[in-house]
Amino acid sequence: MSLMEAFRSALEALRAHKLRSALTMLGIVIGVAAVIAMIAVGGGAREQVAAQIRTLGANLIMLTPGNITAGGVRLGAGQASSLTSDDAGAILADVPAVQAAAPIIRSNQQVVAGANNWATQIVGVDLGWFEAREWDVAQGRLFTPEEVSRGALVVILGETVATNLFGEQSPLGQQVRIKNVPFEVVGVAARKGQSALGQDQDDTAFAPLPTVRQRVAGANRANARSVGSIMVKVREGEDMANALEDVRALLRQRHRLQPDQDDDFGIRNLAEMAAVREASASTLASLLAAVAALSLAVGGIGIMNIMLVSVTERTREIGLRLAVGARPRDVLRQFLIEAATLSAIGGAIGVALGLGAAQIVALKAGWPLLVEPAGVALSVIFSAFVGVFFGWYPARRAANLDPVEALRAT
Amino acid sequence: MALIETQDLTRRYELGGEIVMALDGVSITVETGEFVAVMGPSGSGKSTFMNIIGCLDRPSSGRYALAGEEVSSLSKDALAGVRNRRIGFVFQQFNLLDRVDALGNVELPMVYAGADRAGRREKAIAKLKRVGLGERIHHRPTQLSGGQQQRVAIARALVNDPVLLLADEPTGALDSRTSLAIMKLFQELHREGTTVMVVTHEPDIADFADRVVRFLDGKVVSDTRQTARDAAQALADAEAASAAQDAKDAAARAALHKKEAAE
Repeated sequence: MSLMEAFRSALEALRAHKLRSALTMLGIVIGVAAVIAMIAVGGGAREQVAAQIRTLGANLIMLTPGNITAGGVRLGAGQASSLTSDDAGAILADVPAVQAAAPIIRSNQQVVAGANNWATQIVGVDLGWFEAREWDVAQGRLFTPEEVSRGALVVILGETVATNLFGEQSPLGQQVRIKNVPFEVVGVAARKGQSALGQDQDDTAFAPLPTVRQRVAGANRANARSVGSIMVKVREGEDMANALEDVRALLRQRHRLQPDQDDDFGIRNLAEMAAVREASASTLASLLAAVAALSLAVGGIGIMNIMLVSVTERTREIGLRLAVGARPRDVLRQFLIEAATLSAIGGAIGVALGLGAAQIVALKAGWPLLVEPAGVALSVIFSAFVGVFFGWYPARRAANLDPVEALRAT
Repeated sequence: MALIETQDLTRRYELGGEIVMALDGVSITVETGEFVAVMGPSGSGKSTFMNIIGCLDRPSSGRYALAGEEVSSLSKDALAGVRNRRIGFVFQQFNLLDRVDALGNVELPMVYAGADRAGRREKAIAKLKRVGLGERIHHRPTQLSGGQQQRVAIARALVNDPVLLLADEPTGALDSRTSLAIMKLFQELHREGTTVMVVTHEPDIADFADRVVRFLDGKVVSDTRQTARDAAQALADAEAASAAQDAKDAAARAALHKKEAAE
């Protein structure tokens, strides 16, 4: 009996019990749909996390000043003024693995434009910042080096700030006032969206570092060159841990710390944080897929159950087939193909259903719909395999029937 | 060369720890072209004998050659091949597949023989015509009468041109007139050269064979040749009788109507 023949015969047999075949298939349909949907949902969630991490910028090290103790009161990290613009310059100059080192001062201020105003974070940056964060302008231009060094009164608005102050109008060339100092808007930063922690990264405005230091944040009396933090970008392909140690060693040397003294600054690998989040998203995705795979296995047991019933019911038919010349292996193949057909059709329906479900979830959650073709192929193949695996035992039973006994069955 | 030649066939079963000799030293020879009826009460071993002759079962000991080929020691797969090519089975319960039409049922043995689709179709139609069902090739078994179903089964048995047509109580599920029609068909096939072996417990059916082999307790107790009764004639007689009965009934009904009308 040819394979096509066997397949046609299997379809005939399945059509003979439509409701039963449909219900049996349902187990596989649900199983495969669950696997597909969970792979897609998990992949989407992971992709979303990865996208958030990408907006932060890759390979970043964050340096913050250490804590200070004033009259027995320990203030939190970042209160000391131990980091300076010169530290940033030295890091860039002396650590070869570093691509950019951006000193930053942050200050929360009210930004006023005509009748509108908006509270946001003003970040004093130099050009290294835009390189480190892989951030560009959507309209207008970045600062010129000359503007940064002279402390020009220019500002680049984040998208949220621009929208709140100017609505649909172009803010380019407009004036905004920060602490009553007029600034010219030279650019609007490209949209970054939410950060990995859920903050709106576009609710911010950038101005040259010296400008912010002197006109916005107010000069630090202890150290006129101090900065709020330094963001260091390590070159692609360099080892993050080594770069981090080099930066730490350089800063300790520059700050003249003895070996027994603690760091007077904080140093954090942002990629590590990102990696943890990504790992947890991956774990969630695998967990979902595993649970879904279990339901596929349950569907397989349903197939086995129905195939056993079918073999018992069709004992006479098997007897007849043996009598007219079917070999045991023909009978085995017939029942295997029936089981595989059931599960393959169920699998195909399940794929369609699962993709639909994933699409809905992706739309609702605002995730990218991420369906790897490999995942789809894998679950279809797996579902057919489930059919063959769970169909094997019933088929074996059918094939081993004694023709005389089988013909005598009622 | 004999078509069937058995020597000291035995078949033992274990039934609840007891050994049952279903066949006990059966030696028999059947020539090509014979029409044999195998008779005996239930438990006499005639069904076991038929299963072994049909290569559905293997003897515990003894030899069995079918058309010169020793088949008592063949493997399961080889036996399937012998059944497929050399033997046509007809069963009491017809054993048709309900979900396929008459044509599909008749094609089944050819499917296992590996015949191509077009050839299969042509041959199945020819055999269905031969048994008088040329008009009903697309009917499903549930749409056919018992006699028609048995004809489909006979067409199926003939489709691979077997050397032996083996029928197990072929008329057991049919009324007497349909039984006569089926026996008429067997006699025709026999006249065309097919070797026929019918297992039955009805003496009326055995009358249509040339040779009657009787079994009792696993042994052959008699093996006689006889002049077969003509099934065509028997059927014609039965139809004539039934027509006469119908005429009588009609006359009686007419008389009744007349009486009612008169009143």
